[in-house]
Amino acid sequence: MRAAVLGVLLGAAIAPAAWGAAQDFDEVQRGRYLATIGDCTACHTAPGGKLMAGGRSIETPFGNIVSPNITPDRETGIGAWTDDQFYASMHDGTSADGDNLYPAMPYPHFTKVTRDDVMAIRAWLNTLEPVVNRVEANQLPFPFNIRAAMIGWNELFFTPGVWQDDPKKSAEWNRGGYLVEGLAHCGACHSAKNMLGADESGGHLQGYALQGWFAPAITSGDGVGLDKWTEDDIVEYLKTGTNRFATAAGPMAEAVSDSTQHISIADLRAMAAYLKDQRGPSGDKRKPMDAKDPVMRAGEAIYVDKCAACHTMNGEGIARLFPTLSASPTVEAENPLSVLHVILNGTRAVQTRLAPTAPAMPAFSWELTDAQVAAVATYVRNAWGNAAPAVTAGDVSSARKTLEARRE
Amino acid sequence: MARKLPATDVVIVGLGWTGSILAHELTEAGLNVVAIERGPWRDTSSDFPVTYAQDELRYHIRHELFLRPAQETLTFRHNARQTALPMRTWGTFMPPNGVGGGGVHWNAETWRFLESDFVLKSHLTDRYGAKFLPDDMTIQDWGVTYADLEPHYDQFEYLCGTSGYAGNLAGQKRQGGNPYEGPRSREYPTPPQKQPYGPTLWAKAAVESGFQPFPQPSGNLSQAYTNPLGVTLGPCTYCGYCEWFGCGNYSKASPQTTILPTLLPKENFKAHTLCTVQRINTDGTGKRATGVTYIDSNGEEWEQPADLVLLCAFQLFNVHLLLLSGIGTPYDPNTGEGVIGRNYSYQVTSAVDAFFEDQNFNPFIASGAIGMCIDDFNGDNFDHGSLGFVGGGYIGAVQTNGRPILGTRAPSGTPSWGAEWKKAVAEHYLSTYTTVTHGSCYSYKDCFLDLDPTYTDAYGRKLLRMTFDFHDNEMKMSQYLTDRLADITQKMGPKVMEKHPRTAPYNVNVYQTTHTCGGAVMGDDPKTSAVNRYLQSWDVPNLFVFGATAFPQNAGYNPTNTVGALAFWGAKAIREQYLKNPGPLVQA
Amino acid sequence: MTKRTDAVVTRRRALLAGAAAAGFLGLFTRGNAIELRGMPAWDPLSGPPPDIVKPGPWQFFTAEEGTAVEALVDRLIPPDPKWAGGKDAGCAVYIDRQLAGPFGRSAGLYMRPPFDEQATDRGPQSPFTPAQRYRRSLADLDEHCKGAFAGKSFAQIPDAEKDKLLSGLESGAVTLKHNTGRGFFELLLQNTKEGFFADPAYGGNRDMVGWRMIGFPGARYDYRDWIERHNETYPRPPVAISGAPQWTPRQG
Repeated sequence: MRAAVLGVLLGAAIAPAAWGAAQDFDEVQRGRYLATIGDCTACHTAPGGKLMAGGRSIETPFGNIVSPNITPDRETGIGAWTDDQFYASMHDGTSADGDNLYPAMPYPHFTKVTRDDVMAIRAWLNTLEPVVNRVEANQLPFPFNIRAAMIGWNELFFTPGVWQDDPKKSAEWNRGGYLVEGLAHCGACHSAKNMLGADESGGHLQGYALQGWFAPAITSGDGVGLDKWTEDDIVEYLKTGTNRFATAAGPMAEAVSDSTQHISIADLRAMAAYLKDQRGPSGDKRKPMDAKDPVMRAGEAIYVDKCAACHTMNGEGIARLFPTLSASPTVEAENPLSVLHVILNGTRAVQTRLAPTAPAMPAFSWELTDAQVAAVATYVRNAWGNAAPAVTAGDVSSARKTLEARRE
Repeated sequence: MARKLPATDVVIVGLGWTGSILAHELTEAGLNVVAIERGPWRDTSSDFPVTYAQDELRYHIRHELFLRPAQETLTFRHNARQTALPMRTWGTFMPPNGVGGGGVHWNAETWRFLESDFVLKSHLTDRYGAKFLPDDMTIQDWGVTYADLEPHYDQFEYLCGTSGYAGNLAGQKRQGGNPYEGPRSREYPTPPQKQPYGPTLWAKAAVESGFQPFPQPSGNLSQAYTNPLGVTLGPCTYCGYCEWFGCGNYSKASPQTTILPTLLPKENFKAHTLCTVQRINTDGTGKRATGVTYIDSNGEEWEQPADLVLLCAFQLFNVHLLLLSGIGTPYDPNTGEGVIGRNYSYQVTSAVDAFFEDQNFNPFIASGAIGMCIDDFNGDNFDHGSLGFVGGGYIGAVQTNGRPILGTRAPSGTPSWGAEWKKAVAEHYLSTYTTVTHGSCYSYKDCFLDLDPTYTDAYGRKLLRMTFDFHDNEMKMSQYLTDRLADITQKMGPKVMEKHPRTAPYNVNVYQTTHTCGGAVMGDDPKTSAVNRYLQSWDVPNLFVFGATAFPQNAGYNPTNTVGALAFWGAKAIREQYLKNPGPLVQA
Repeated sequence: MTKRTDAVVTRRRALLAGAAAAGFLGLFTRGNAIELRGMPAWDPLSGPPPDIVKPGPWQFFTAEEGTAVEALVDRLIPPDPKWAGGKDAGCAVYIDRQLAGPFGRSAGLYMRPPFDEQATDRGPQSPFTPAQRYRRSLADLDEHCKGAFAGKSFAQIPDAEKDKLLSGLESGAVTLKHNTGRGFFELLLQNTKEGFFADPAYGGNRDMVGWRMIGFPGARYDYRDWIERHNETYPRPPVAISGAPQWTPRQG
């Protein structure tokens, strides 16, 4: 069945971009494809707004930033920018007037993109409808509203530089690394951040909590992150939003919907090859909680009575419909935020062309007390060979506050 | 004054099974389709999630998912001598409402009709002679055959992932399946559901009686399934909340779990919910539909012009709209002339209650369509020559639910309240088993639908009026089927057994089934049918009418599979014939 | 229950204003016609979930009515040594809350005239809502009892007399002032059984007594492990929508 699905995927794959083609059409289409990998639209197109006309509010830990207009309008967009200015925005994180951008624009990742590719993206952007939309991007509170502050930030945390191939690795691995670390900017969510929002050294792709979700580790260590996933599993997940282990939800649903489902199979394979080679720390040989513990027993009762009808008694779930809980980086993550998020508020899986079902998990916030949510979360994190720290009623109470604050 | 909306290629009235199928098929053909649904949008995890889908009071007793009679109902009388009175609440049947329609809350019993069912009049006349049929019986051939529909039964079953075991694979009879079914081009998409104790015990009794019991075909799936549209359904968990309930874990085939995830995102499709179509508009000639007029939830009136109008509402309300729109000649029971409202039919069910000692049937471990059945007494599978009636039904042990408010049983003679009642229901809940018959209901001259002269709906329109009662032929059939069912059920070894054959007069207070049929039936003759064999109106060729509305009479099976097959059949005719040459597909 | 379609729309708008819009296009309104384009926006609580009935004073009944209904339901389902009766099972609370809600006012039913109350073979034709029927019939019953039992109310007469009166209402031998005896009895009996067997969320079936009495495991949703365990007692305790004792961690 899985092989069959991948067969379909291959058959349906978008033709790889035509490298080096000189014709404008090819260049523009290549740029469009690259912009999709970069998911530019996620930030630069406001909901219901014109393509790339900006105006979308982006949450950062320091306040909101509004995305700029990058249509070719000369007054309010980037139509008047030179190619060098455009390249500098991607490579150096500077705007046309030389000011520093905020790293909500993932230039620490985009700096890895070749000038050739950046110019292809520009070529595509130049074909869009010029939209007059003046955006006041900076709505941060003091002192973060001082762009000059970014000079110091860049000094500390930012090293410009195009991706350099590792000659000891395969061409596929290097292509994958180029995409993962560059345009696809996976680390923007999946890498741990310090107090100032910069990638923490040693936390590369090892998971991070943001927007009420925990983006799990996508490295492989013993029993951690993508350890149990094959490269095919990764490709299927990014292409369809679901696989035998997991279903994309929350911000990842958006990433799959806008970006990864449109990436060619060859590029997804390359990304998978690179990701599977990223070693993270192994699990610290956690021991599962005693099944006889009263919290585990209550959790098991809730699980059997309420969860098993979809996720099955043994936690394996139903492939491509109900995510497995017995082999899930999210369930076993040190940080239980995503688990609490889906239990309390429910979630809807991403809908993609190849996996249109988009099943949803109902919300339990109205039905379970904090102690009961804690019990069932603790149970799924410590049943079927899982082992992760227990969740307390206090954790649930604070998650409830965070998540409910996000609801309305 | 209605505000006019931009024209569309196709407007669909009602977004249930048939509306969803037609919308899918015609958007695939590149047409712009607008669906208008008078109920709300419904979604699994927010309208009937596993957290509270198992609420008998809310969904069953209080009719959560059904049409509110305050919005639309009908009047009823047993015969033309009575004054029809409004159905103020639902009893004998429960019309659906909302996106997904009846597909949301059906039991998912997914039967095909017999080959002979589609040529009923000629078949019975050939076998028994014209005089064998009652004078006032108005059964007729469908104009379409089983062979015509087989590919479309197959399409619907593969859309749903139906669980079953073929008894007739391309003409090859197979042990373990229904030996009477028409030939199938291929096996069911998924194997049969597992059987609980009651059906297993009954099937053993049936084998001992010389019959070949087989698992009932089910749209509650035995295993996870991904349909040809790429939509995935889960395995049924035998929770026992199917009919009247939405399925909380994506394991019952419905428009939501099979079509809508691919239909809704299409650029050339949109739907308006909470909008009630008032009438189908026609041009000055009355021979061409120009679209529909509807009223939204704020009371504002809109006109949606369209080149093609598809009536996909619930059976009764398709007829209501035809009558309100003045399309086709209303049926006159005195002369037998006219076709709109003609040949209304229903379904004749009955039961046998068996009370045991020392047996535990766990009645709550159930699915709307698990069970073991025999088909020896369906349709014309048996010789009616000496019996004095025609028709029949499947009989068997179908374990749909053990919900306690309506599901407790006590032997006759037990008081309906007090200490004795309490003791009896405690004693009999687990150890009582009810077996059922599901019989045909043929059509008659005096069973019909028209407009009520007195009562009006929330929009001031005349209500639909139903004139219907059971006829002797059906009551004899029900007695016969119930006796045959009891013969087998007796072999299960109950301490007490009670037969409940259906009896006249028709009791509208008690739920029987929602299998209302007919009223704008299909056929080859415009004098006796409202639509041709492609479900196209004889009078207005750019209007098609789908659903059980087209059944000239009802067979001894649940109708949904045939409703689905007819929708695919009609869609194919539109795509392959009508679009190339819009006009009548059959010359009258 | 009213479906919160309006809430879906506003909540979606709130979402669109933030940075959380997904690939679902959602519900748009034009005029007031709700238009589905793309997958409708998803709100997990739009259903909405049931309001769990809380203990507290009567919401519909007067104190006298409440006392009478408690006495009535306790004869329709009398207590026995093993299982609670209608009163302790909460059937009167259930009926009170139902009458205070949409059921009590015949919400959603066709209530246009003319009403032919004499007809019995074409579905219920009463012009009165359940709330009105209870109010009037309880007053009539009280009047009947006070006349027949020297000023005593229904709750004050001996059980044997109560049962005799109920039997009379059921058979039609006893009629009340507004000729409502039998119809009221049927309504009351149906509602009492609902209260005894409906989910405890609605105020009756306290401690799932009705379910435990017959062996029904309640609001479960998965019997895959038991479907082929023929003729074997199902082992798990009942569950209500709002939970079960086994859901709370027990220390020690």
